[in-house]
Amino acid sequence: MSLTDADVRRIARLARLRVSDEEVTEVGRQLNGILGLIEQLQAIDTTGVEPMSHARDVALRLRNDVATEPNLRDKFQAIAPAVENGLYLVPKVIE
Amino acid sequence: MQWEVVIGLEVHTQLSTQSKIFSSASTAFGAEPNTQTAVVDIALPGALPVMNKAAVEKAIQFGLAIGSKINRKSIFARKNYFYPDLPKGYQISQFELPVVEGGAITIRVGDEEKRINLTRAHLEEDAGKSVHEDFHGMSGIDLNRAGTPLLEIVSEPEMRSAAEAVAYAKALHSIVTWIGICDGNMQEGSFRCDVNVSVRPKGQKEFGTRREIKNLNSFKFIEQAIKYETQWQIEQIEDGEKIQQATVLFDPETGETRMMRSKEDAHDYRYFPDPDLPPLVIGEDWIERVKSELPELPEAMQARFQSQYGLSVYDSVTLTAGKDLAAYFEATVAAGADAKLASNWITGEVAATLNREEKGISETPVSAEALAQLIKRVMDSTINNKTAKDVLKKMWESGNAADTIIERDGLKQESDAGAVEAIIDGVLADNQAMVDEYKSGKEKAFNALVGQCMKASKGKANPAQVNEILKRKLG
Repeated sequence: MSLTDADVRRIARLARLRVSDEEVTEVGRQLNGILGLIEQLQAIDTTGVEPMSHARDVALRLRNDVATEPNLRDKFQAIAPAVENGLYLVPKVIE
Repeated sequence: MQWEVVIGLEVHTQLSTQSKIFSSASTAFGAEPNTQTAVVDIALPGALPVMNKAAVEKAIQFGLAIGSKINRKSIFARKNYFYPDLPKGYQISQFELPVVEGGAITIRVGDEEKRINLTRAHLEEDAGKSVHEDFHGMSGIDLNRAGTPLLEIVSEPEMRSAAEAVAYAKALHSIVTWIGICDGNMQEGSFRCDVNVSVRPKGQKEFGTRREIKNLNSFKFIEQAIKYETQWQIEQIEDGEKIQQATVLFDPETGETRMMRSKEDAHDYRYFPDPDLPPLVIGEDWIERVKSELPELPEAMQARFQSQYGLSVYDSVTLTAGKDLAAYFEATVAAGADAKLASNWITGEVAATLNREEKGISETPVSAEALAQLIKRVMDSTINNKTAKDVLKKMWESGNAADTIIERDGLKQESDAGAVEAIIDGVLADNQAMVDEYKSGKEKAFNALVGQCMKASKGKANPAQVNEILKRKLG
């Protein structure tokens, strides 16, 4: 499997990354290198092996349902670029 | 051509926990913007999620209540998309291995009963809210809701009409509120439905192309949106157009659906297991404990109401529409009311009054015990049914007991045969024309005479007794 320039541009768009026309070829080469490694892994017969979602064999830790978090809005909003009436302001988004 | 509509639902139920699914911030509704957020919810770098045990337990409760398989191991995944009310750039959800799989619920439309199978139910976090009012050309973001636990419940595409879809949504709403995993408040967004609709020629095996109606927050809108969408799709096809897969929004103002995004713009979510969250492992002992603590479920209670109290299927279903309604009925019976009478009063007068006042049973000013006293006065013939309705109205308004109102207003039924007879004699003397009509064979005149007697007694006579004496006198 090999990524085309169009694939690279699409992946970049999905990740909201700006990749210039000059960079597309180089990024594509790097990504294809990674995919090449994965292809080697895929050559191994994994019939009957349960897919692994996590590398470490641990179970999820659970916490009790108690609301203990203090209101830290002032501290959080002190480092936000723009706030008003307690809201974070962002460039207008209407889908 | 005969068309058939195919409908499947995805319902986001907000789990009623105190804290968020991955942080200890409060989930209370209606707080000042951004006052209920932790570092995880606003996605500060390095902040790590810690799973809320109660959210998992509620998912198990749901799965057990509808006979699903509870996966002993399930996986959290990142669903990647960019929107400012999702500061991490991904939503933590479940993809390949959800916590709950399968199960079914029973719906009723008219006299028809149908089982709707569920595909799955998975845990995920809610996003924040965007406020698009004009903040100098910018949007405002409130992250209080970000991280609120959701259980997304996905049905198989097994519904074949808007009525079935609404019945399914209502049945699901009843179950989640019954077992107490969700407050069911649709105005506050605790129960939101996405509806997948497609049409196909009746008899065709393959599904048509579907369009998804997003975010319906009332049963009425679900019905309106499906009806409109179905008609629209049929017209498109009959005009020779092809249905394109799309996401649409329903506009309650116009009653129409309109396209939000086409398949070309569909998100590519690039799901992958979240490395921050190892597999969720649920032990047998946990499942067993939850099972032993589950309340009696609506279907089991309906069967019991039919066998224990001799109620009809219809009444047993009506009375188990909500847990508090069923409890109100049982408390009324426990306080001495006849079960069938209690059922009639609750599904009749009480329900009608609550409906008129747009209230739920928990807000009724007449307690189960107070209603039972009223019903007992009908049972022992102290008052007749019609008077009882007036007494209930007064109980509702004043909060007084039935006995107090009957005593105060002198409503006690006149059962002294001599007194009733005197009233009847008076009516007969004043209404010779009606008597003649009756004697000439007009049966209707008899009912008119009964009416006159009841009126003359100010409603205090026992109608059965009036009937009896009147028949004797005219006979």
